[in-house]
Amino acid sequence: MTAQLVVFYLLSAITVVSSLGVVLTRNVVHAAFMLLVALLAVAGIFLVAISEFLALAQVLIYGGAVTVVVLFAIMLTRSDDQPRSDNIQWPLALLVATVTFAFIVVVFVASDVETLDGTTRVATDTESNFEVLGLELFTNWAIPFEVASLVLLVSLIGAILLARNVEDGE
Amino acid sequence: MLELVHFQVLSAALFSIGIFGVLSRRSAVLVLISIEIMLNAVNVNLVGIAAFSERAADVRVFGHILVVFIITIAAAEIGLALAIVLRVFRNRGSANVDELNVMKW
Repeated sequence: MTAQLVVFYLLSAITVVSSLGVVLTRNVVHAAFMLLVALLAVAGIFLVAISEFLALAQVLIYGGAVTVVVLFAIMLTRSDDQPRSDNIQWPLALLVATVTFAFIVVVFVASDVETLDGTTRVATDTESNFEVLGLELFTNWAIPFEVASLVLLVSLIGAILLARNVEDGE
Repeated sequence: MLELVHFQVLSAALFSIGIFGVLSRRSAVLVLISIEIMLNAVNVNLVGIAAFSERAADVRVFGHILVVFIITIAAAEIGLALAIVLRVFRNRGSANVDELNVMKW
């Protein structure tokens, strides 16, 4: 068992346990903080797969921005009936989730993705792919990149307009 | 030895947890958090496949580019969706998805 595998298992365990905490805990604020833990562990998994840029982006965007926005939303939508935070249809949800998991795993195991490219190349690549990623992003993918930034701008302006208080606006 | 199937099983587990959260939670904010978990499952899958692909570096990096776009769209989505949840809470006094039955007939 290599050190890589040990780190991967550790990070996977943290991710899965804290994700389960997110969907199972009664306390909404605890759910937000466990989401933060899960997202940071996913950033660690990105590091195991040698994608440093995505790990950095994950920590900055999810660990920083998204968690803060979620916490503010929780604070602003706080109501009195906190204890009963679960839906009565949770057995059905559990069934659907289990079936989905089994289906996806079966499809992954049965699919030819592994044999498609020759599987044995472990992610032991030590070279960084910052340069390739930046080059591709700003040459072949320049237009989608700009469109994505426009989408982000428009959606955030829309969010400001929606969340604004109309009564004391104008 | 770390293999692609590890990433895929982790991704499947995260995705199922997200589905469970979306279907079983009452608070709209928690439903959105569960959607974020599902998006992260997809990212784990893409990064794993990109790391294990044998193609040239500029082809392999496509997985990473896709993840960059997914993160961008996820940030836009969570900002906009939480603004909508906030507006719904102000108008109706509750952000629980099972109480928002105005359009039910």
